[in-house]
Amino acid sequence: MAGFGNFTHAIVRAIPGSFATGALRTENLEEVDPNRALREKKAYVAVLRELGLEVLELPADESMPDCVFVEDCAVVCGDTALLTRPGAPSRRGEVEEMKTALTNLSLNVVEMTDETATLDGGDVLFTGAEFFVGLSKRTNQRGAEILADTFKDYAVSTVPVSHGLHLKSFCSMAGPGLIAIGSSQTAQRALKTMQQLSDHKYDKLTVPDDAAANCVYINMPGKGHILLHVTPEQFPESAKVFEKLKDYTLIPVSNLENVKVDGALSCCLVLANKLARV
Amino acid sequence: MTTEVGSEPEVKKEPEKSPEEQEAEQQTNPSESAPNGDAEPQPAPDNAENAEAEPAPSDPLSTPSPDGQKKEKGISRFLPPWLKRQKSNSQAEPRDGHAPTDTPTQPPTQEELEDGQEEEGPKGEGTAVQPTGGAQEVQSGEEESPVANAETQPVKQKEGEEWAPESGVPSALKLGKKMKITVCHVTLLDGTQFPCEVEKRAKGQYLFSKVCEHLNLLEKDYFGLSFKDNTDQRCWLDPTKEIKHQIHNSQWQFAFSVKFYPPDPSQLTEDITRYLLCLQLRQDISLGRLPCSFVTHALLGSYTLQAELGDYDPDQHRSDYIAQFHFAPTQTKELEVKLAELHKSHKGMTPAQADIQFLENAKKLSMYGVDLHHAKDSEGVDIMLGVCANGLLIYKDRLRINRFAWPKILKISYKRCNFYIKIRPGETEQFESTVGFKLPNHRAAKRIWKVCVEHHTFFRLTSPEQPVKSKFLTLGSRFRYSGRTQAQTRQASALIHRSPPDFQRTSSKRSARSLDGAPVVSVSDHTHPLVSTHAAGPGENGRDSALELYSDSKSPQVEEGAEPGKGAATAVPAEPASETWKAADDSSELKREPRVQGENIYVRHSKLMLEDLDKTQEEVLRHQASVSELKRSFMEAAPEPRPDQWDKRLTGSPATSLHLQAHGKSPTRLESALSDSRDISKSTEDDQSSGLNGQPEVIEVVEETVVIEEVVRVARPQSSAPETAATEPALEGKDEGSASSDSESEEEAEYHPQLSGSAHLIREDPEEEEQEVGLNQEAPPAALKPCIIREDVTDEAAATAANMAEPADAQQQEGEVLVIPEKAPNGHTHDSEAPPTLFDEEEEPSFVNGDVSHVEGEHAPQVICCSEPPVVKTEMVTISDTFSAQKAEITTKEVPIVHTETKTITYEAAQLDGSGDVEPGVLMTAHTITSESLCTTTTTHITKTLKGGLSETRIEKRIVITGDSDIDHDQALAQAIKEAKEQHPDMSVTRVVVHKETDLAEEDE
Repeated sequence: MAGFGNFTHAIVRAIPGSFATGALRTENLEEVDPNRALREKKAYVAVLRELGLEVLELPADESMPDCVFVEDCAVVCGDTALLTRPGAPSRRGEVEEMKTALTNLSLNVVEMTDETATLDGGDVLFTGAEFFVGLSKRTNQRGAEILADTFKDYAVSTVPVSHGLHLKSFCSMAGPGLIAIGSSQTAQRALKTMQQLSDHKYDKLTVPDDAAANCVYINMPGKGHILLHVTPEQFPESAKVFEKLKDYTLIPVSNLENVKVDGALSCCLVLANKLARV
Repeated sequence: MTTEVGSEPEVKKEPEKSPEEQEAEQQTNPSESAPNGDAEPQPAPDNAENAEAEPAPSDPLSTPSPDGQKKEKGISRFLPPWLKRQKSNSQAEPRDGHAPTDTPTQPPTQEELEDGQEEEGPKGEGTAVQPTGGAQEVQSGEEESPVANAETQPVKQKEGEEWAPESGVPSALKLGKKMKITVCHVTLLDGTQFPCEVEKRAKGQYLFSKVCEHLNLLEKDYFGLSFKDNTDQRCWLDPTKEIKHQIHNSQWQFAFSVKFYPPDPSQLTEDITRYLLCLQLRQDISLGRLPCSFVTHALLGSYTLQAELGDYDPDQHRSDYIAQFHFAPTQTKELEVKLAELHKSHKGMTPAQADIQFLENAKKLSMYGVDLHHAKDSEGVDIMLGVCANGLLIYKDRLRINRFAWPKILKISYKRCNFYIKIRPGETEQFESTVGFKLPNHRAAKRIWKVCVEHHTFFRLTSPEQPVKSKFLTLGSRFRYSGRTQAQTRQASALIHRSPPDFQRTSSKRSARSLDGAPVVSVSDHTHPLVSTHAAGPGENGRDSALELYSDSKSPQVEEGAEPGKGAATAVPAEPASETWKAADDSSELKREPRVQGENIYVRHSKLMLEDLDKTQEEVLRHQASVSELKRSFMEAAPEPRPDQWDKRLTGSPATSLHLQAHGKSPTRLESALSDSRDISKSTEDDQSSGLNGQPEVIEVVEETVVIEEVVRVARPQSSAPETAATEPALEGKDEGSASSDSESEEEAEYHPQLSGSAHLIREDPEEEEQEVGLNQEAPPAALKPCIIREDVTDEAAATAANMAEPADAQQQEGEVLVIPEKAPNGHTHDSEAPPTLFDEEEEPSFVNGDVSHVEGEHAPQVICCSEPPVVKTEMVTISDTFSAQKAEITTKEVPIVHTETKTITYEAAQLDGSGDVEPGVLMTAHTITSESLCTTTTTHITKTLKGGLSETRIEKRIVITGDSDIDHDQALAQAIKEAKEQHPDMSVTRVVVHKETDLAEEDE
């Protein structure tokens, strides 16, 4: 896990006008404020640039309301990028733009052509040593298999996700060997499963709110541990937990709007390390 | 060898070589051997003694070489077509490999001779027996000689003679007798072949030592020798057992390979060890066994290039210099380009450094060190079971769907083609669960069981458990890992002080080539067809002597279990039931026939198993059995083909047995082996449940066979003091001794990876019994006086008058009647030797649990502890102590996926079960009385156990009836119970188990 969190590039995508009304959502019926969503997005990208990442912002596609959530379209690990086949049929077109971007990064791009496979990047948790793939409404066994075939060096374990949209709807990596995990039963069960399946030992960072468990860890040369996490305004209790992390550069990022359509912090981002190529 | 080496390279690729050699042998031999023809039989006895003498074989060999060469060359001219053909089948591969051998010293002749014999085997039945049958040296020798073809026999004789005269020095005695020497062909990791002469009775350890010596390898505990069994499955050669008993019908072809992949290769002491590990991994990678990504292929390959070629040299290394290497299953041009690119970047790196880098990257691969086995879950879905340093991994396709770390596993067992692991309950779970997997056949089940036992011991324990040798009767496999554990080997290697040995790292190309053309791994495969032929041969002749049969019987076992050696160990028959044994013999005969083998074996197994079970208990009780009786029983055990071994056993055994018994007194965990295996394992539960009901329950369990369980207690490293010595695992092999036991062992075995604080848990048998007692106890454990009368009925000729109402047809019925007398709070305190172990054992469970939790909690609060295994689609059997017997029974039924041909009926008397917990008592006395009639063997064990100040007497009676006709179980039972009551009016019958074995069809095969 030495180079865990080292990235050079961040791929994001603009918010389409159809986002507020057209984005898929599971439960939350709260109306999305498109303007605030744009503001948040802008701030988000600014943070990434601030960190020194080269940010590639793909153009929005009005026919794809969810296209801002680029994470679901690709899984990048090392020099290889797997283009997914999103579980929601309406989102499959989003992959094309991502393919172009990743190819331009001269990554080894693998496409998921199997018609029976579905995989959302939001269900893929890479810990630095292995993959966990949530088997959710959006991701199936076949999709996980293809991921395993693509990243042969790593163990790929499947984790049933009974509730919630994605595996990473309630967890994420908050650092090398550190899993941020929500407190819900679903999250805790998934955590146990992961622990059971893993040969590696992870520390856990338990936060009261599932949604808050999704954060973005980046390790920039010279800047150490950087963590983008939820704001105290949004999840006060969970934010306190993050604030206890030592030796971290903590960056609260507002995510009030995306969360209404199940968008977490990591959803709007694909991170890649162009130097990963051996 | 010198000659061979010289000549072979040219001929190498030609399949004919071997035939030639063979021929040569034959021709030369006849003349020489002719005079000596009769000599063979006599020498045989000595062989046993000589077997152990390692030097003997080598010495003789070295001298004769000149002759060998001559012969070879001379002989080579004559190539009989039939020989050629043969060779093509079996020997072609080995030959080729063996050509390049490094050892020039070895005389070709011997090899030739041996080969000739073996190869001829198929043709000449007589000879065939020798290499394969292996069960009994002496006997086989004798038998063979008469039968052997003119051609073959001479060869043999020649062997013996030749050695003696030529070698002269080593031992006139040995040689003079008849040194059967054969040549083992060991494929080394660099793809070369290492021919090694070994005495035919040599144990695996000898060959392994020779190979390590040849390789100049000191850290050898990570390695092993493997061979392919008849089904082309890789089996590990057990160093503690004779080679021939293990390879069974296979050729003497082995592969030296990594058995335990060190999780951290940087901790290896010597570069040569790392180098060998690299070679293994390169092979694993190039064959696709160790999957890795493009980048990793390139990176690892580049380190290989650096290690073997040194710095990239533009002059030397042209564009295609990489093409001659074989790095990946599919090696693309792109990969080669990448490889070259990376190779350049390693400039200045020494070979040793490159190896280290190679390993540092390879060890991270998720499949590093994972030994995969095909299996199905309870729903018939194909999965893979992966055994690794940390535990057992479950894969579905390429996805990991579950994982059971060693600390989570309480018991590993197999029964027939099912493999079970009992899982420690999680934090929130109350009950242990058992997960079952179905393997393609029982051999596969046993194989993975063994691999698990070995990996657990090697990686998790500080010292291997000591097998209990004192046990005469063994149920199930007594197999245990006998080598050093990783902890021990690390300690040992820390003491290595020698200047780093020189070695050449030039293998990749070679191995790559060989891999391309003829995969090294598969080399041995080709021999299999031959093997089968061999087996068939003898059967056809129908001239198998009893001895041969025995050996054969073993061989089947071997095939199934791939554990030939075991047979010997297990084989000690405790019971003098001659009839039974006979029956066993018969079955063994059946086995002889290649096709039928499977079925027959099963039958025999099941039957044996029952007997064995009984025996096991008997063993426990057997305190007072006199040595002579034991001996007699041994002798009577017909199935045991090898007298020599028996002798050895006998000498050692009495003492040991006593020792064991002492241990056995400690009531630890009781797992009764009473009826079927499942029964045994679940006996506790069953009993309890019955107790709860307060009424006798009649439970019909349809199980495949009686289970012989081996429970092994292993001390956990963590729990035990850091010193390895401190912890000693206790073996719980119930040996039910007869030769048949071997077969049983194949059928199933258990292994308890639990760590026991007490190293003393030597005996499971006693424990088991005690457990049963506890279960059976109707009231306070102390007061109970259980008598168990077991009746095993094997119908062979006539049904026993007593029990058998009707003769069964060719089917064996075994009934166990357990009579547990009412508890008489007699408070007999017989010489209570309360073994100290008792407490330990009792404490064990808790200790274990605590330990486990501790382990899991290692990571401190922050660490995530997952106690709940994800739900796998495997068969989950929940066994709870407190559940009703019925439930337990039901679950039991579900577990076996295999069709049962054995029927077991258990009658439970009402029992009071105060506490679900088994309260083990102290075994006060135990003795066994055996009476035999023509058709019936009745064995009665009387055990007195001290529990909580009260003593209980338990009588267990086992009646085995062998017959052709169906036995009326009810009637037999009624009779047995009646008798029991009459005999012991003051006692109550608590448990009656009838085990019936009818025809067996083997689903496995």
